[in-house]
Amino acid sequence: MKVLVTVKRVIDPYVKVRVKSDGSGVETANIKMTMNPFCEIAVEQAVRMKEAGIVTEIVVVSVGVPQSQETLRTAMAMGADRGILVDAPAGVEPLAVAKLVKAIIEKEKPQLVITGKQAIDDDSNQTGQMIAALMGWPQATFISNVTVNGDSAEVTREIDGGLEKLTIKLPAVVTSDLRLNEPRYVTLPNIMKAKKKPLEVLKPEALGVDVTPRLKTLKVQEPPSRSAGVKVADVKELIAKLKNEARII
Amino acid sequence: MAVLVIAEHDGRQLKPGFTNTVTAAAKLGEVTALVVGKEGADAAQAVAKVAGVKKVLLSEAPHYEGSSAENIAALVLTIAEQYSHLLAAASSYGKNIMPRVAALLDVQQVSEISAVESTDTFVRPTYAGNAMATVQSSDRIKVITVRATAFDPAGEQAAAPIEKLAPGPDVGLSKFKGAELSKSERPELTAARIIVSGGRGMGSADNFKILEALADKLGAAVGASRAAVDSGFMPNEYQVGQTGKIVAPDLYIAVGISGAIQHLAGMKDSKVIVAINKDAEAPIFSVASYWLVDDLFKAVPELTKELSS
Repeated sequence: MKVLVTVKRVIDPYVKVRVKSDGSGVETANIKMTMNPFCEIAVEQAVRMKEAGIVTEIVVVSVGVPQSQETLRTAMAMGADRGILVDAPAGVEPLAVAKLVKAIIEKEKPQLVITGKQAIDDDSNQTGQMIAALMGWPQATFISNVTVNGDSAEVTREIDGGLEKLTIKLPAVVTSDLRLNEPRYVTLPNIMKAKKKPLEVLKPEALGVDVTPRLKTLKVQEPPSRSAGVKVADVKELIAKLKNEARII
Repeated sequence: MAVLVIAEHDGRQLKPGFTNTVTAAAKLGEVTALVVGKEGADAAQAVAKVAGVKKVLLSEAPHYEGSSAENIAALVLTIAEQYSHLLAAASSYGKNIMPRVAALLDVQQVSEISAVESTDTFVRPTYAGNAMATVQSSDRIKVITVRATAFDPAGEQAAAPIEKLAPGPDVGLSKFKGAELSKSERPELTAARIIVSGGRGMGSADNFKILEALADKLGAAVGASRAAVDSGFMPNEYQVGQTGKIVAPDLYIAVGISGAIQHLAGMKDSKVIVAINKDAEAPIFSVASYWLVDDLFKAVPELTKELSS
């Protein structure tokens, strides 16, 4: 079966994000960018399913600025077969991304779509659920395991109190949680091979999707900072502070 | 304005986060609560007594077992047009269901709001809480998830009326096969007044026993950093951070946690933060109210012992 995986280019999770002084957003100039970690897990899952002989082709899709081609190349170096970039300005909202992916799904007809559960830039946690909704497909969010059995899949979801098991009909959308797998490192020979894999670039208009934002960002601010703390010398002093100063125990 | 809040429950008990979500919803208009499940009568009784809830809708059917997002979204869709706002707590339940509802209504959801500025303008944390965005929605219905820790829990009231709501369709796309829930005598992470959390510095799953002893002494919940979950010391449902649970207890004790941005995002709104780490340069100290540079294997048992005397 064919699998479609979505990937997003985001600010590297280990970079300290700075809010722009004019409050219009965060600094992105000259900042290290990378594939969203949950998207990496999604790609890895598809590649493992291909290695296990369940998946025949992996199509990886990104929506974003032209540099997102690098993110697609990374996914192809991990093992995806080809890439599609929907060339759109930064900040396309999850609903519009889901509509673009729907248009691609209708053309590609995958049996399974894997997305990351959340992008670590805008922390929306919406796209996978929205793709499933627009397709009228089942969804399994925050998964830590997926096993395909013919025209259905057994999935384990990470929920607040523990784990939940579901059987979902295929085609379906699943979103990856942290423990689904540990993504591989890309090797130089695979990076070289990925450069030769097909990468198609489309415009949102070609897919008939209006990407006009529904949310207007009025301002972006630093969170309030915490007042400076106190270093304590030992456990006794700590307990005294908690009892007498913070009055919390 | 009429506001619908979807209440998460487990068939008997209401889940933490609902009462805080009602506080956010009450700023927007008159609150109706929806209780949906295979069984929901007990939860509906509890919901009716949450201050600010004017009416409770109860919809029960076998196909709501396991809180199927597909079936609950289909039900919400049958009544959505009667409301200006649809809200749920940003728990794994709300995060699963609400974007599906939003997409079916052709609405761009506003995720995990931390403040209500007006009926169409909200503040939400982005970049692991390092950039607070104020956003204005132009959609006709606002679909919103709420960061529970950012709002006070609503109080109690004399019970509001409960009405039956006819179940929606069984869309039959998925089947619930069961849940494995962690059994613990300790309070739930997102509802605990005190949390004792461990990181990579704990060294092993077994070593978490010393944290559990401290937690039991304080009546606290136990949490873990992503590093501790990644290392297999604790299950994922204990994870505090950007992609785990967001907590804001009265007291958060971080033990052997260096303080990666992703972890701070999940706990830096705690009232008092204590950090115990042997590395004097650990970033966790930048958010700590009190910090102790010491070997955790010495300091934690000593803390437990001192609290017992």
